[in-house]
Amino acid sequence: MSLDKTTTQSPADEFIKGLWRENPVFVQLLGMCPVLAVTNSALNALTMGVATTFVLVLSNLLVSCLRHFIPRQVRIATFILIIATFVTVVDYLIQAISLEVHKSLGAFIYLIAVNCLILGRAEAFASRHRVLPSLLDGLGMGVGFTLALFCMGSVRELLGSGALFGVGVFSDNYQPWVVMILPSGGFFTLGAWLLLFNRIKQRREKRSTSLKSEVLEAGNER
Amino acid sequence: MEIIATDKPPTPPPAWWVYRALVGVGVVCALLIVSVFLLTRPSIEENRAEALERAVFAVLPGTRYQRAVVISEAVMHAGYDTEHRLVGVAIEAQGMGYQDRLRLLYGYDPVQQTIIGMRVLESRETPGLGDRIETDKRFIKNFEALDVRLGTESRVLLHPLVAVKQGQKAAPWEIEGITGATVSSKAVARILDNSSERWLPLVQRALPMLTAPGEGDDESR
Repeated sequence: MSLDKTTTQSPADEFIKGLWRENPVFVQLLGMCPVLAVTNSALNALTMGVATTFVLVLSNLLVSCLRHFIPRQVRIATFILIIATFVTVVDYLIQAISLEVHKSLGAFIYLIAVNCLILGRAEAFASRHRVLPSLLDGLGMGVGFTLALFCMGSVRELLGSGALFGVGVFSDNYQPWVVMILPSGGFFTLGAWLLLFNRIKQRREKRSTSLKSEVLEAGNER
Repeated sequence: MEIIATDKPPTPPPAWWVYRALVGVGVVCALLIVSVFLLTRPSIEENRAEALERAVFAVLPGTRYQRAVVISEAVMHAGYDTEHRLVGVAIEAQGMGYQDRLRLLYGYDPVQQTIIGMRVLESRETPGLGDRIETDKRFIKNFEALDVRLGTESRVLLHPLVAVKQGQKAAPWEIEGITGATVSSKAVARILDNSSERWLPLVQRALPMLTAPGEGDDESR
């Protein structure tokens, strides 16, 4: 039963890996449905990110607490039950905070329940690790997800309606690039961000391999 | 993950462990949902009432204050202008949308016998397609002066409200639909038609009570 893994990473690493190295959107390409659909404005993107983070952290916490109690045969059913519960909780909380935000996110709040990122972290991490690492993993992945959504949402709102958080940024002469807030704009923006991310990653790898070979050569000469 | 080769398949856990896990998690989740529901209910209801009030002012343009009136056991909102003249009555209507319930609020001017505004109060229409019934400016323009004259006894409405294709609106009782949101536009037309048939004659009968000024039992603003 006990599949507990001892993590070799420090707690800080568990948190940081979700931000960049294993970023759920730009590296793992998980949870694409909300990434493309609700990032038409910076505020929507941020709210969706925060709601997903909330569900992710709490479901990771509960799954990790109950990991010895759940037989492997029914683990997926139990995880879905836990995730759906926190989605319902977050739905009530958003309604209590602002009906406007609830309306603008529409059906996507309920769709957090089927975001593969959350089930993925519960299955791959929280069900095998202790409570604290699971909590940090959920928080890191959630913040990484929120950051990625914000990157998408701010670019789309800036280009598509010439504003950020509803405040006009450009002069009145700016012609909004409406396609960017339409669904196709989501694909364009995601493509551009992926291009940028992979380019940076490639350059980093190239630099580290050339550094290694230099070290090797220097060692051979000696 | 470490893989250990064994001859025997792993023994399944006893059945009651499975029951324990599923029932236990179910109970914890149920308790959590119920407590959050009870905790957030007061503020959600407050938000809903505020949204309804904003919607009443939106569907009855020119309203300065409104009061709730009860017409044959239904609560409606009568709006009045600065000179205490009746602007119209806001009526709630609901029905099936594409996959779930749609709740609308529309403003009815009993003197001109027209619908003068409509807002969607609650909808779960498809994001990006059906939900355009809330945002599409051309669609919303349909409800600025929609003919709902009452007919002779055989027909309640002189002309039933129907949705037509985009760009084909010819008569003041036709609702111009949205391409790509046909089902949702038709649903709005059907809900309004059903609701008008039922309530408009009753509102007409209650007109003397509505135009009597200054009873002001539930005045606001």
